[in-house]
Amino acid sequence: MSQSFRIAQGGRIDRDNQLKFSFNGKTYTGQAGDTLASALLANGIHMVGRSWKYHRPRGILSAGAEEPNAIFQLEKGEKTIPNARATQVELYDDLDASSVNCWPSLDFDLLSINSKVSRMLPAGFYYKTFMWPKSMWMKYEHIIRKASGLGKSPEVNDSDRYEHSHRHCDVLIAGGGVAGLTAALAAGRAGARVILVDEQSEFGGMALSSYDKIDGQPVSDWIQAAVAELQELPEVMLLPRSTAYGYHDYNFLTINQRLTDHLALNNRKGGREKLWHIRAHQVVLATGAMERPLVHSNNDRPGIMLASAVSTYVNRYAVKPGERAVIFTNNDSAYQTALDLNAAGAQVVAVVDARSQSSSELANMVRSAGIEVMNSCAVVDTSGGKRLQSVQVMSLSSDGQSVSGQRRTLSCDLLAVSGGWSPVVHLSSQSGAKAVWNEEAAMFIPGEPVQQQASVGSANGTLELKLSLIEAANAGNAAAKACGFDSNMKAPQSDAVISDPIMPLWLVPSDKEKGREPKAFIDLQNDVGSADIELAAREGFHSVEHVKRYTAMGFGTDQGKTGNINGMGILAKTLNQTIAETGTTTYRPNYTPVTFGSMAGQNLGSRLFDPARKTAMHGWHEENGAEFEDVGQWKRPWYYPKAGETIHDAVNRECLATRNSVGILDASTLGKIEIKGKDSAQFLEMMYTNNWMKLPVGMARYGFMLGEDGMVMDDGVTIRLAEDHFYMHTTSGGAAGVLSSMERWLQTEWPEMEVFLTSVTDHWATAAVVGPNSRKVVSAICEGIDFSAEAFPFMASRVGKIGELECRINRISFSGELAYEVNLPANYGRFMWEKLMEAGAKYDITPYGTETMHVLRAEKGYVIVGQDTDGSITVDDLGMSWAVSKTKVDFLGKRSLTRPDTARTDRKQLVGLLTEEPDSVLPEGAQLVNDPGAATPVPMVGHVSSSYYSACCGHSIAMALVKDGRRRMGETVYAPLADGRVLKATITQPLFYDKEGAKSNV
Amino acid sequence: MLLIECPWCGERDESEFSYAGEAHIARPLETEKLSDEEWANYLFLRKNIKGLHREQWNHAAGCRRYFNVERNTVSYKISGSYKIGEQGPVGDDT
Amino acid sequence: MSKYSIFSLARNAMSFHQNWEKVWRSPEPKKQYDVIIVGGGGHGLATAYYLAKEHGIKNIAVLEKGWIGGGNTGRNTTIVRSNYLWDESAHLYEKAMKLWEGLSQDLNYNVMFSQRGVYNLGHNLQDMRDIERRVNANRLNGIDGYVVGPEEIKRAIPALNVDAGCRYPVLGASFQPRAGVARHDAVAWGFARGADQHGVDIIQNCEVTAIRQENGEVTGVETSKGTILAKKVGVVVAGHCSVLADMAGFRMPIESHPLQALVSEPIKPVLDTVVMSNAVHGYVSQSDKGDLVIGAGIDSYTGYGQRGSFSGIEHTVAAIIEMFPIFSRVRMNRQWGGIVDTTPDACPIIGNTPVKGLYFNCGWGTGGFKATPGSGWVFAHNIATGAPHELNAAFGLDRFTSGFLIDEHGAAGVAH
Repeated sequence: MSQSFRIAQGGRIDRDNQLKFSFNGKTYTGQAGDTLASALLANGIHMVGRSWKYHRPRGILSAGAEEPNAIFQLEKGEKTIPNARATQVELYDDLDASSVNCWPSLDFDLLSINSKVSRMLPAGFYYKTFMWPKSMWMKYEHIIRKASGLGKSPEVNDSDRYEHSHRHCDVLIAGGGVAGLTAALAAGRAGARVILVDEQSEFGGMALSSYDKIDGQPVSDWIQAAVAELQELPEVMLLPRSTAYGYHDYNFLTINQRLTDHLALNNRKGGREKLWHIRAHQVVLATGAMERPLVHSNNDRPGIMLASAVSTYVNRYAVKPGERAVIFTNNDSAYQTALDLNAAGAQVVAVVDARSQSSSELANMVRSAGIEVMNSCAVVDTSGGKRLQSVQVMSLSSDGQSVSGQRRTLSCDLLAVSGGWSPVVHLSSQSGAKAVWNEEAAMFIPGEPVQQQASVGSANGTLELKLSLIEAANAGNAAAKACGFDSNMKAPQSDAVISDPIMPLWLVPSDKEKGREPKAFIDLQNDVGSADIELAAREGFHSVEHVKRYTAMGFGTDQGKTGNINGMGILAKTLNQTIAETGTTTYRPNYTPVTFGSMAGQNLGSRLFDPARKTAMHGWHEENGAEFEDVGQWKRPWYYPKAGETIHDAVNRECLATRNSVGILDASTLGKIEIKGKDSAQFLEMMYTNNWMKLPVGMARYGFMLGEDGMVMDDGVTIRLAEDHFYMHTTSGGAAGVLSSMERWLQTEWPEMEVFLTSVTDHWATAAVVGPNSRKVVSAICEGIDFSAEAFPFMASRVGKIGELECRINRISFSGELAYEVNLPANYGRFMWEKLMEAGAKYDITPYGTETMHVLRAEKGYVIVGQDTDGSITVDDLGMSWAVSKTKVDFLGKRSLTRPDTARTDRKQLVGLLTEEPDSVLPEGAQLVNDPGAATPVPMVGHVSSSYYSACCGHSIAMALVKDGRRRMGETVYAPLADGRVLKATITQPLFYDKEGAKSNV
Repeated sequence: MLLIECPWCGERDESEFSYAGEAHIARPLETEKLSDEEWANYLFLRKNIKGLHREQWNHAAGCRRYFNVERNTVSYKISGSYKIGEQGPVGDDT
Repeated sequence: MSKYSIFSLARNAMSFHQNWEKVWRSPEPKKQYDVIIVGGGGHGLATAYYLAKEHGIKNIAVLEKGWIGGGNTGRNTTIVRSNYLWDESAHLYEKAMKLWEGLSQDLNYNVMFSQRGVYNLGHNLQDMRDIERRVNANRLNGIDGYVVGPEEIKRAIPALNVDAGCRYPVLGASFQPRAGVARHDAVAWGFARGADQHGVDIIQNCEVTAIRQENGEVTGVETSKGTILAKKVGVVVAGHCSVLADMAGFRMPIESHPLQALVSEPIKPVLDTVVMSNAVHGYVSQSDKGDLVIGAGIDSYTGYGQRGSFSGIEHTVAAIIEMFPIFSRVRMNRQWGGIVDTTPDACPIIGNTPVKGLYFNCGWGTGGFKATPGSGWVFAHNIATGAPHELNAAFGLDRFTSGFLIDEHGAAGVAH
């Protein structure tokens, strides 16, 4: 199909580079430099979609980020993009686009039936119905959901890469139109580090669509020279295709740069998008302004476009959006569109101007061109189905409140509308500056800055080019000066254009009775009309926030860029108050939607989402078939199945081997903190519940750490290496928290204490060698230590040598067995492990994982903080009050222990459970009741925190927290399970193996 | 995104720091002498000021130092950072 | 006041929707009320509604400093569930759940309560122990709950990545079928309409500036619209309860933090249930309009700015993409923040205060929306009778002194 609406000359497209693309399955051509929207218009396609609620035909409205209608699904499979705005999609070869929200096709859409029953679907209709019968809501909802939504989520994973980058700069300039370029030149020439970002592929902004002059040369030449100069400045960075979409506190801005979406699929290489995190000293916002449509009956037909967009299509893309055009405006700027269309050879039927007069130079040029100007008139209705056919014009009263006279029908296929301009105050508003209503200019302008920021040009409401350039140069100079650069650039020159004032016209009156006029749309994407706003006001929704929520105005992908101000104007009129009284409008990020992928960046997957911590022996575990468990950030071996073994087989084998001969556990993940300084012992007195002053050097002690609320926070063994030097162990998951908590106490509460803390978790590799033969294994590889029971007793720590390397051996045990923890610097971890495996071979040394460790400690009734405690358990609840000093004046959490509830003697207490059937294992997390037959809610007395089959005991064992449990020894509790079974168990002491403790005492 | 001045390292991005709550809550010296109410006040009651708030931060990904910050909890504007034990700035609550 | 129905809709369509009545009146405040509720969010409006409906108190004002439902009611991610661990919480939230189940009909306002189920994912063995423990407790408390495995999760949530090779693979989940989501604005408007029909005065743009007291008893409030007297004042101002407590002369065990949320562009249905993960720190559902509604964790610092830090948003989005890689090319449309009042035990404070006649309902942290009707119901009882209902008896201020905390951190986490 030929591009029959392409103008023969002009534009910024590459006429030598023709591109193919497909839209709704049909193939068309366009040119390099086109957007998808301009290429469609070049082919005469206006109708591109159906509206959200009524499924009315909709056409391309704009040429930029504000587009509400031309929302497409691009491509298929892993490259698909839902809800792409055709006005911002650069055309590439073989682009594939299709309309969303229509079925079976754009031309024949079944749900366009909604348009016929639209009177039953006013704003908020769903709050008033779908309530009966009650059970049906989920079915109604299913249908509503199917009808909602625009594009489709991808169904396969994204193959693209997204990157993050961080920068500091002196001056960040958002918007690369002539104002932004001017500010960049001012700051850049002075030597400031400048970053200039613009959402389009080329810099120049709206000026790319105009024939203005700057410094006496065509604006396009001026832009080219400015960009060339900026590119040469070493401290200036230009980011095209980059949208500043978030303005946060402390001049922190987020910028989404699109790197490959403009390329043909087979030419895309490297990352798809980059998210820039920029902290700027100064920010200049030159984000331009957006034109508002006018709100009149049937203002949504394909062929109705923003006047400035028409000029853009004509001038920048050399596309004629229509052959017979009517212009409808309330301000001067649309007169330029009449001239542009006229120059392009389109017939301009008339300029319909709401104002009683238009006598500016521009207006007179239009008249001179022989175009009829109809002052004091308004378009009151339109006709046409899938394309505009005509508009009806009536006389408008000078206050804009009523229309009169005969309807005059003007036949046309294009209506270019301008309801005035709205500065893009989004970023300024996000920065905290409250937008201010300017009655005279009928626009919100940026409020007083609250950060180091200035708005310039049309973003500041300064629509006139000459003034805009002065403002931009001043802001660029000022920003550079604020950063310490001497900057005095003079503003580029442009001719002043005197224009007549705007006549605010929020809702074009209808000649029809109130309520019976055809729909006049405000939010085209969400099908919000003026009647919806009026209805909301009638029903008592007076806050603009209520109205937006009740009608869904501004909640589309365009976020109301074209509609919200008109909506506020109509609400103000309905409530008979000013717009300033009606409220301001607060913008939150994002300015335009941004892919989740770019925000996630590379912080994904098994490597970078939350980097896994692995011990120095991890490779050995993998090679030897370990299954792993996540413990905090650590990957810990869970168990080591041999061929054909289930987890239970493996754990039973590991347990028996350890208890009967020797096992080995990678204990490197335990937190390790060195505590040094003359007050270290005194410090530990406060941190732990037990006594530390008299611990001899070379000996270790087990301790509980409480929160100030008295609840168990962490536990571990701490060794005294010297009078003023301790080596603390924490739980694997708790290390970081314990360190920062201790630092906090030291630095903020007891700064007089001379204590220094260093995390050494990653410095050491630790192997726990456990079992009756452990002494033989460890002593075989370790020299310089007397391993005899007398010389190296339980809870002692010794330094020796493994080969040339100094090692530390701690005789501590979490299993009740004779056990040694062997430590070498982490880099030698695997060497150490293999040495121990070699030395243990003759005893059939068996590596075991966390599951066996759990079973072994549970057999002995040792707790795991975080499993047998949950933040609501005291040391006494655990039955370990021997670990709480009765004599110390104070320690963290002590005072909480005597609060009435904490001091109760019938709290939940740690007990053992033995099931009636020795082989049946209580599920961990099972709740315990006294009477399983009780009525719901069934009173619960506790829960099972740890539970295993113990191969060493020959039956199952469990630990549980049971109300008043210590007084209930021998009593029965029941565990009713989800599958209907009720397991019966007897309360016992939480100690199941080697009750005398003989095995560790050898 | 806050820009916090560590008294030792200078201005750094918020992501280098961790928040540690209201500042200037002294731990009672003789905790045993406190009533349950007094202990609960120390433990749980907070000023939670809407306006100028003195709070502790830790330069967790830097020097690991705790220090105090005076910050407006509405505007998030920081009026100053000071070391533990120092007198803070006289804030301008605007 | 006319009843809403398909018939009233049709009737009004005939008159071109010109005759709809106001959803609530906006009267000028009277000089005196029997009860003043400070805070026109969902909880406050629900309190007024149940005070009028269940306790026959008609002379009630709800004072709202901005517009009703404009605080956390209109800023949350709308998840409703009752599968809490501890009995006290479970009973309170289950009361709310039962009210939710008939709320649209009771209020004659469709709050779009969608019982599409909520999955709380478990990613490690301790998560699964906690899930077992919670689900078992729920079942014994009469609350629906199941522990489900990865295959069943995959069937219900095809978009979820359950590969064993994930950084934090999905080992299982708790599933509460009766849980779901509701339309947040409709909850505020529906309770407002219901309260208004019972004669409650809803007064917007009326900021309370002081709490009047005599001899330790409350006598009314000073507001931007003048003095309003009442012998009973209920304060339900999420995000500002410390400020109101300060006016009344006492402190609360509360800190106010920013909590952020975000939505995607609308897309066709792709997620039919609610997915929450504490370990990965993200939760997501899809609104009826098609937006993916995503909640972040709270910011660590206190803040009344209704905005948080971008790094929190980034972290949450990464978590969502980690769980749902196919959403990578979907775009985030908007983000916003609320102010949540957190307590040391992640449970609310509902009940009497040191000032007689002054009642506080606050500290719902990140999870208040789901409790809205239940919170209003028990608070109404507390205000009407002067003493807590058994459902909120455990949630008094005295627990911070006695140590009887109901630690729901495990159940709340980032959860909502």
